[in-house]
Amino acid sequence: MSLNVESTRIPTVLAPPPLRLIDDAGHAVDDSQTGGFELPSHETLLSLYRQMVIARRFDVQVTALTRQGRLATYPSALGQEACEIAAVACLDGGDWLFPTYRDSIALLTRGVKPENILASFRGDWHSGYDYHEHRIAPQATPLATQALHAVGLATAAKLKRDSTVALTLLGDGATSEGDAHEAFNFAAVWQAPVVFLVQNNQFAISVPLDKQMACRTIADKAIGYGMPGYFVDGNDVAAMFAVTSAAVDHARSGKGPTLIEGLTYRIEAHTNSDDPSRYRNAADVDVWRGRDPIERLEKFLVSEGALSEADRASITEEAEDVAAATRACMTVKAVVDPLELFDHVYANPRPALAEQRAALAEELADDEMSAER
Amino acid sequence: MTTLIPGMATRTPETLTMASALNAAIRDAMVEDPTVVLFGEDVGPLGGVFRVTDGLYAEFGETRVSDSPLAESGIVGTAIGMAMYGMRPVVEMQFDAFSYPAFQQIVSHVAKMRNRTRGKIQLPIVIRIPYAGDIGGVEHHSDSSEAYWTSTPGLTVVSPSNPADAYSMLREAIASDDPVIFMEPKSRYWSKAELSLPVQTAPMTSAVVARDGTDVTLLAYGPTVKTALATAVLGAAEGLSIEVIDLRSLSPFDDATVSASLRKTGRVAVVHEAAQFGGYGAEVAARLTERNFFYLAAPILRITGFDIPYPSPKLEEYFLPTPDRILAAISRWEWN
Ligand SMILES: Cc1ncc(C[n+]2csc(CCOP(=O)(O)OP(=O)(O)O)c2C)c(N)n1
Repeated sequence: MSLNVESTRIPTVLAPPPLRLIDDAGHAVDDSQTGGFELPSHETLLSLYRQMVIARRFDVQVTALTRQGRLATYPSALGQEACEIAAVACLDGGDWLFPTYRDSIALLTRGVKPENILASFRGDWHSGYDYHEHRIAPQATPLATQALHAVGLATAAKLKRDSTVALTLLGDGATSEGDAHEAFNFAAVWQAPVVFLVQNNQFAISVPLDKQMACRTIADKAIGYGMPGYFVDGNDVAAMFAVTSAAVDHARSGKGPTLIEGLTYRIEAHTNSDDPSRYRNAADVDVWRGRDPIERLEKFLVSEGALSEADRASITEEAEDVAAATRACMTVKAVVDPLELFDHVYANPRPALAEQRAALAEELADDEMSAER
Repeated sequence: MTTLIPGMATRTPETLTMASALNAAIRDAMVEDPTVVLFGEDVGPLGGVFRVTDGLYAEFGETRVSDSPLAESGIVGTAIGMAMYGMRPVVEMQFDAFSYPAFQQIVSHVAKMRNRTRGKIQLPIVIRIPYAGDIGGVEHHSDSSEAYWTSTPGLTVVSPSNPADAYSMLREAIASDDPVIFMEPKSRYWSKAELSLPVQTAPMTSAVVARDGTDVTLLAYGPTVKTALATAVLGAAEGLSIEVIDLRSLSPFDDATVSASLRKTGRVAVVHEAAQFGGYGAEVAARLTERNFFYLAAPILRITGFDIPYPSPKLEEYFLPTPDRILAAISRWEWN
């Protein structure tokens, strides 16, 4: 007897259409369909457009560097720019961002220099930017763990009566992890000023969402925790920005957390070492390429007369500068001091580590002497 | 012996259990430093299942002492975020084996954050773990998890064995800029001492000689210090002079104090409740042998729990290292 998984499964209710303000064709959605969210101003949209174009240029450049073998690993966010940029654009300077390994373009948009973003992918050090200056936690690799850190930080801010909000980014697969559920629950119980932004790019490495969970949308889960949840078109930056900004305001005014699901698609492989042809077909990818977040906004801005040739030229120039800076930082030989290995393990120095450090120093000195000879 | 913490008024001597000494340490730290916050399962109005946090909720209120949802990874993970925002969280893992859901947060983040960020983010978190057996607990309530933590770089792991150390070491742990796994031996919670608080004993990261001797060194920590001291008394009656060292700090390991004793006696046995294979005693034996081989008159012994899951209450007396078992083990060394 064989168990037919398909037939024993409870049929899932069809998901509702995601909330959007600008449709695939670049037209503004009718007011009656926008759930009360308003289209951002032309000025805001132009700025979001600029940031998306720059972010994509960076992403494409870094992927090229991996193809040239100059970088070991890079998880691309190509196609996910609307989610990434909205996450950053709605935060104040005092707010904190808790990103994952995929969210390098969010870092870029928040002002981290390419060389500092790439420090970890180049292998210089695990993480390479100024966390306090940018108010960005180190990019988390163990899935969903950073969501709890965001809840803790936001709660501490609340205890100190600061207006700080924490926004954390999660993938769809990460929402199956216990830590995601613990974070949603803690945040709701503690009314923490947190925004959870799930980028549903429909795959966790090779596993599609319908093997990850059995409910309609990730946003629906919010009901179970007692917080608002929104299912948003993750390729519509206008909607992502409007909803995420509202969630940040909601948190800042003491009303607690929000769960947002941005429905998007991972155009590139999981990372450059992955082979997506084993688990998805090219036709699907083409459908999603056709829903490109940048092209959609571009069509809208052009039809509104809000994107001039001068704008395009300056955006292109800025994007090329970022790409050049990205390439340039690969040619600078990073100075990594092996003795620094021992420097940041403890605040309080340990004699045993000092011994190991001295032993390595001696080895290095011997190597140098034999090299001279 | 004990000295005063400079600048703190001495209170009148009182009889304190280890649990009440720990309670006083948290209270004093919270009075002194408004960034110290306490949370965990049942630590609020109930005061913790062992009453270590008794009265703190009433005294400091919900913003500083709170019952968290029942989720250990969540407790440690949120403590990380709080520490990133300038707090000093003290969190409780209700029982040893219930710290395992938090394993990832402790090992992947608490231990590594300073290193990952080149010292830019530090996590002054104390994770209190009531541990070990001998209280007739049901399964999952008597584990000794120290080897998991001590083999993780970035963590400081300590275990007091008496009320004075409990107070002093917890104060130091809360003040430390490094995260500390603070392992509280459950079977010693009700041990008593006459103390005038605040007391400051030896530095948290050092071992102390709990009893002088010349023939054998017993290394113990937490729950087994009492066992080792009882062994020394029995040994003395048989004409054997046993030195007992209370390690107090498992990571870092106090090489100097322990090696000095080894070089005096030439014979060392490590006593712990945790299973032997791959356990903490194995590290101690290897480390001491590497450094002191020519001072050893006999191989270093381990008297530990068996390599089995912690047994149910009716059988734990057969599992735990006892003075008789320790004496029997060391009598098998060749003495000449
Ligand atoms: C706790 C944990 N388990 C497994 C992994 C290995 N892993 C890395 S990324 C990934 C898939 C994550 O998918 P998703 O959350 O959807 O994010 P995406 O990569 O699609 O952005 C897995 C399984 C991990 N990083 N952490």
